[in-house]
Amino acid sequence: MIGVLVAVSSSVTVLAGRDPRDFDAPAPGAWDWGFAIDIVPFMVEGLVVTIQATLLGITIALVLGLVLAILRRSPRRLISWPVATFIEVIRSTPLLIQLFFLFFVLPDVTDGSIQFSPLTTGVIGLAIHYGTYTSESYRAGIENVATGQWEGATAINLSTTQTWRHVVLPQAVPTVIPALGNYVVAMFKDAPLLTAITVGELLAQAKALQGVWFRGMEPFTVAGVLFLVVSIPAAIGVRHLETRYGYERE
Amino acid sequence: MPLLDTDGWAKILGGAEVTVRLVFLSALLGTVIGVLGGVASGARVRPLRWLVRIYVELFRGVSALILLFWAAFALPQIFGINLSTTQAAVLALGTNMGAYATELARGAIQAVGRGQTEAAIAINLSFYQRIRHVILPQAFITMLPPYGNLLIEVLKASALVSLLPGVNDITREAQVMRINRGRIGESSFDIFMAALIVYLVLAQVISFAVRAAELRLSKGMDVGRATRRMVK
Repeated sequence: MIGVLVAVSSSVTVLAGRDPRDFDAPAPGAWDWGFAIDIVPFMVEGLVVTIQATLLGITIALVLGLVLAILRRSPRRLISWPVATFIEVIRSTPLLIQLFFLFFVLPDVTDGSIQFSPLTTGVIGLAIHYGTYTSESYRAGIENVATGQWEGATAINLSTTQTWRHVVLPQAVPTVIPALGNYVVAMFKDAPLLTAITVGELLAQAKALQGVWFRGMEPFTVAGVLFLVVSIPAAIGVRHLETRYGYERE
Repeated sequence: MPLLDTDGWAKILGGAEVTVRLVFLSALLGTVIGVLGGVASGARVRPLRWLVRIYVELFRGVSALILLFWAAFALPQIFGINLSTTQAAVLALGTNMGAYATELARGAIQAVGRGQTEAAIAINLSFYQRIRHVILPQAFITMLPPYGNLLIEVLKASALVSLLPGVNDITREAQVMRINRGRIGESSFDIFMAALIVYLVLAQVISFAVRAAELRLSKGMDVGRATRRMVK
C-alpha cells in the first residue's frame, strides 16, 4: 500500500506554474512549428529551475570539494582514508543512485524525520557528486604547490591553519579555476536528472507536455535546443578562462 | 551475500547483465565514432573538419539525459521510424560518448610527434598506412587512461535508461524492488546499497582492464605505462 502511494506520488511531477494543457492542440502528424514556438515560455520556466539547481549545487560543491581535498591530505589515516574511499565510491557510481539514496533511503532509515524537498535533495545530490570531482582538481592544485612553501611556513612558525589560509590555498586555487569551470558546465548537463526525483525542471516540463499531447518531438527538441543555447556559450566561456589562466600553470 | 536474499541478488545481477550489454554496445558505437572523428579532425578537407566540430559541440553540449529522451520520443516521431528503447539508448549514449571520444582521439593524434608523420611520408606510406600503422598505435596508448574514465562515465550514464520504460538495468531493477519492498521484505537501504556495490565493482573492472590494456599495448613503445615503469 505504502509502496503504491510512493510510486504514485513519485510519478506526479511538481510543475513550475503554468498548466501543460494550456496550449492550442498541435496538428496531428508532422512537426508543428506553431506548437513548438508556443511551448517555449513553458519550457523556459523549467530551464530556469535547471539553472537555479546548477548554481546552488556548484556553490556548495566548490566549498565541499575544498574541504574534502584538505581532509584527504590529513596526516591522520583515520580521516584521510575514509575520505579517499568516499570520493572513490561517489565518483564511480551513478548520480541517479545517489539521488535515490537521498530521496528514498534517507527518509526510510530515519523514519521520515529527514525528508528534504525534491529541489533541496537534488541540489545536495549534485553538490556531493561534484564535490568529489572538484576535490580532485583542488588536490592537483595543492600538490603543485612546492614543498619549499610548506617548509618555509614551518620555518616562520605558522600554524597549520595559517599555512593553508595564507600560503597554500592562495597559490593552489587560481591554477584550478579552469578545471572548476568545466564542472559548472558538467553539472548543468547532469541537472536534468533531478526530474527523476520530481523536480519541475526543463526535462520534467517536456515530459508533462508529452503526457498531455502525446507528442514527443516538439517538447524534447525544444528542450535540447534551449539546453544548447545555455551550455555552448558557457563552454566557450570556460575555454576563455583556460587560455587566460593557462599560462600560470607551471 | 548479505543485504539482499538470493532472489534479490538474482534480480540485481540480471540487471547488471543488461547494463553491461548496454555499456558495451554504446561504448562500441562511441569508440568507432571517436576514432573516425579524431582522424577526420586532422583532415585537409575543411568542410569535413567543420562537420566534426559541429557534431562535437552539439552532442557534447547537450545533456545525456535530454539526448536519451530525444532519441526515445522525438526521433521516432520526426522520422516516422520505430526504435526499441535499447536501440534509442545505445544511439543516445553512443553518440554522446562519441563526441567526447572524438576530442580525446584528436588530442592523442596531435600529441604524436610531427616527425612520425614526416617519416611515414618519407618512406612513401599511403595515408591509410600512415594512420593505421604509425599514428593510431601510438595515439591509442596516450588515449587509454582518459578513455578508461570515459567508459566509467558511460557506465554511470547507463543508469539513466531506467527512467525510460522497457530496459531493466541495475537501477530499474532496484527501483522496482524498492516500490515492492513491503511485499518482498527488503529495506530500501539494502536494495540501493546492493545496486551501488555492483556499479562500484563494474567500474573497478573497467579501470583494471584499461590499465592492463595500456601496459600491454605500450610494451616496446616510447609512451605509456610499460615505458614509465622502465624509466622508474
